[in-house]
Amino acid sequence: MGMTFSFLILAIMTLAGGVAAMTMRRLVHCALALVVSFAGLAALYLNLGAEFAGLAQLLVYVGAIAILIVFAILLTRGGEGEPEGSFSPSPAGIAGAVAALAVFAVLTWAVETSSVARAGAAVAAPQTTMREIGFALMQRYVLPLEVIALMLTAALIGAVILALREKRNEPADGTAQKQGLRA
Amino acid sequence: MTHPESVTWIVRNLWLIPALPVAAAGASALLKRSQRRLSAGLAIGSMGISLVLSLMAFAQALADPARRVVTFNWMQFGDQWVQLGWLLDPLAAVMLVMVSFVGLLIFIYSLGYMAHDDNFTRFFCFLSLFAGAMLGVVIANSLLLLFMCWEVVGLTSYLLIGFWFQRPAAAAAAKKAFITTRVGDLGLLIGMVWLYAQTGTLLFYNSGAGCLEQTAVAGMEAHITAAGMAVSTAIGLLIFCGAAGKSGQVPLHVWLPDAMEGPTPVSALIHAATMVAAGVYLVARVYPLMSPDAREVVAWVGAITAIFAACIAVAQNDIKRILAYSTVSQLGYMMLGLGVGGVAVGMFHLITHAFFKALLFLGAGSVIHGCTEDQDIRNMGGLRRFMPVTFATYTCGMLALCGFPLFAGFWSKDAILHAAHGWGVSQGPFYLGAVGALLTAFYMTRQMYYVFLGQRRLAEATVSPAAVAAHEIPAEQIEPVVSARTGEVCIIEHPHESPGVMTRPLVVLAVFAVLLGFVGTPAWPWFQSFLAGESTGLDFGRFSEAGLLPLMVISSLIVFAGLGLGWWFYGRKPILHATDPDALEKIQPGVFHALANRLYVDELYGVTVIALTRFCARFAAWLDRWIFGGAVRIVAWMVTGMGWLDAGVDKFVVNGGFDEGCRDVARGGRLLSHLQNGRVQNYLRVIAVALVVLAAILLWGRRG
Amino acid sequence: MTPLAGCLLVSALLFSIGLAGALTRRSAILVLAGIELMLNAANLNFIAFWRFGAHPEFLTGLIFVIFSIAVAAAEAAVGLALILAIYRHARTSDVSEITEMKG
Repeated sequence: MGMTFSFLILAIMTLAGGVAAMTMRRLVHCALALVVSFAGLAALYLNLGAEFAGLAQLLVYVGAIAILIVFAILLTRGGEGEPEGSFSPSPAGIAGAVAALAVFAVLTWAVETSSVARAGAAVAAPQTTMREIGFALMQRYVLPLEVIALMLTAALIGAVILALREKRNEPADGTAQKQGLRA
Repeated sequence: MTHPESVTWIVRNLWLIPALPVAAAGASALLKRSQRRLSAGLAIGSMGISLVLSLMAFAQALADPARRVVTFNWMQFGDQWVQLGWLLDPLAAVMLVMVSFVGLLIFIYSLGYMAHDDNFTRFFCFLSLFAGAMLGVVIANSLLLLFMCWEVVGLTSYLLIGFWFQRPAAAAAAKKAFITTRVGDLGLLIGMVWLYAQTGTLLFYNSGAGCLEQTAVAGMEAHITAAGMAVSTAIGLLIFCGAAGKSGQVPLHVWLPDAMEGPTPVSALIHAATMVAAGVYLVARVYPLMSPDAREVVAWVGAITAIFAACIAVAQNDIKRILAYSTVSQLGYMMLGLGVGGVAVGMFHLITHAFFKALLFLGAGSVIHGCTEDQDIRNMGGLRRFMPVTFATYTCGMLALCGFPLFAGFWSKDAILHAAHGWGVSQGPFYLGAVGALLTAFYMTRQMYYVFLGQRRLAEATVSPAAVAAHEIPAEQIEPVVSARTGEVCIIEHPHESPGVMTRPLVVLAVFAVLLGFVGTPAWPWFQSFLAGESTGLDFGRFSEAGLLPLMVISSLIVFAGLGLGWWFYGRKPILHATDPDALEKIQPGVFHALANRLYVDELYGVTVIALTRFCARFAAWLDRWIFGGAVRIVAWMVTGMGWLDAGVDKFVVNGGFDEGCRDVARGGRLLSHLQNGRVQNYLRVIAVALVVLAAILLWGRRG
Repeated sequence: MTPLAGCLLVSALLFSIGLAGALTRRSAILVLAGIELMLNAANLNFIAFWRFGAHPEFLTGLIFVIFSIAVAAAEAAVGLALILAIYRHARTSDVSEITEMKG
């Protein structure tokens, strides 16, 4: 039995959060459950010795993405929940559930038959300092880092442009009429 | 670039003189409209530095009158390099100083004159470019470089005359100036090409190999064309065509009076200092090419221009137009001087004339500025009370122009008349010149009486009482006047003296108009000997040269006669009303009207040259429309017919099969498009199933 | 069961949960949340392989997760902006009703 007790607790917490997030009726509740799941994953990372990744997970997912999702829910007036049956046993929904189950079955099968997973013994946690991560980012992975930075900037701009209000669709205010006159 | 040791710093860097104003023009073209101060500062600053450099060049020429040239390779055609370059000799040095000095004064004057114009920046940009190009003409040591600068001068004069292009008259005048000078430039271009074909170089001086130097000129003089004329004469006359266009010689003078539509500083710059002088300078520059035959033509053209324009000037009523015709007339004198007397005689008049004509134009500008933009001399009168500085300086300029004894114009004009008198070929130009001098004094006196003397006359365009009531005009500047014509009480705005920035250049120019003649008197012909590269001393004995003193007395008498005639007609009885007919008009209405209408030269061109051009154009249009157009139309019909045929084949043969194929493809597409139903979850599910299948295959395969 | 296999199983379960949500829920936001869960499952795999793999000193898995988190942040921002834009346009965030891209 190689799994520690804490690992089990955290795994259960993560999975329970994920199941809750995907099954609850009210969107806000879903988002909160998602936070629990993300936080559980972050704790799992810490448990596995990846402190930096765990903290980044906590910061980005719990701190930013979850909040972003809550905002999106509020802005799309989804806070009231999905009135018409969100889980109506429609053919499409059943097909989706079956597909997901099949994927799980295949993945479990892959893990069971994998030699790597079976051989992987419990080794001592590698001692990773921030210093090493910093060096790795600045030397070996500096190019991906730059690319990521560029991509983040582009995504930022893209998100702003997408979320901008289209002025032309609002003839109510005067500017649109003025533009029309000028044209 | 060749730099012999003897070439000094100023000669090596002579190119800076034209380059600075051109650079200033380029910089101010990039400025915003509101950056007036910066633009004017750039223009005036660059012109000031150019003036300093010009003075340095002048000092160099004084110290060492030998000609210095710098040449460089410009462009390669085949195995030949086209060379350009600049030169410094006394002639160029004098012109440099004159152009940059008068130009600088005009720039400063423009500060005041154009202060209220919206396009102030553009104006200074053009002005700088103009001055730069003109300085380029002066220092060019290559006919090609000279021609390039010459054309830039032409372009900028077009831009400047048409500066107020909103006015149709200005736009038309600009076009007229451009096209008329282009006629002359065609001759210049042909002459240049011919010169290159003859001598293989366009450099003026290149240590013995230039086209103006002994070997080349001798070769051209020896070469006789089919028409029995020496090649040098023919080339000289072709180049003179260009000069005649630029300097407004008959019959290409028509553009110059119309060019008055531009702002007054432009009139002064074009008509006094630079552009018109360019033609005279060109002839002086290529003087070695001018054989005696060519000089004869130059002299006659000059003399005819001098009297012709003076006649017309007598009957004009627009203050600037009078000066324009006077300029044409004086340019005729310069050409006459070049033809009969040589470079020094013509150039001396050019220099003195540049100063006093700039003075007169700027004075006229001051008058116009003070009279709320009215240019009609009949509406002026009595202005000496209101504008004392302008009056005093204008009088200096007027006396200099008339050739009043001891003023600048006297000495230079007298030199021309003296040379014409001594000309061996004919006495005709002398008599034409003398009568022209009489007319000059007469029309300038007429102008003085109309503008400054007598009493204030009522303007036709009076200030409306409503404008006064609206406080647009300060109350102390207006006075009620009873209109003679209608008997109504009208209100008229007082003229006012111009600001100091305008009057100060006038004063400076007036000093020169009075004193400049003394550098070239017969007793001390410093100017003439400087151009020739000799030294001279003061010697009153030269007055005793045969025929000189009597001639001077005669020409003085002619001037007095002109002034007296002017007084007789216009000063004896004061002119009371703007609508009164001219004194000459009462005596000879027919002649006066002919003169007032500029001897119908424009109309003559209208019915001859322009009508011919128009006829040709119409003929060409007819040819184009019916002959060529017809052919094209027939071809088009044939093509259309073939097109119909093709279309039929296409529609019934090709399309039949094609349409069927298209229908099949569309049917297939519609079938497949059911897969693409726009629901993301469908796609995702397909991917999940695909993943399962793929993973299953992989795992199954590995197990086995 | 080794620790690695345990991690992998947890990850597989999480992935399937996310996939099931993404396939069955009708709210576009929850579809996106499901996809985030799937991404996280993959991250967990990376961490596990790094932790129990052959060369933990190269930090490959760890760095990959860091980059992946950054990409996920960008993806979430753009995705949610898209959802907002579509919502403004179609007045709905129900993915089964958003079928404008159909062929």
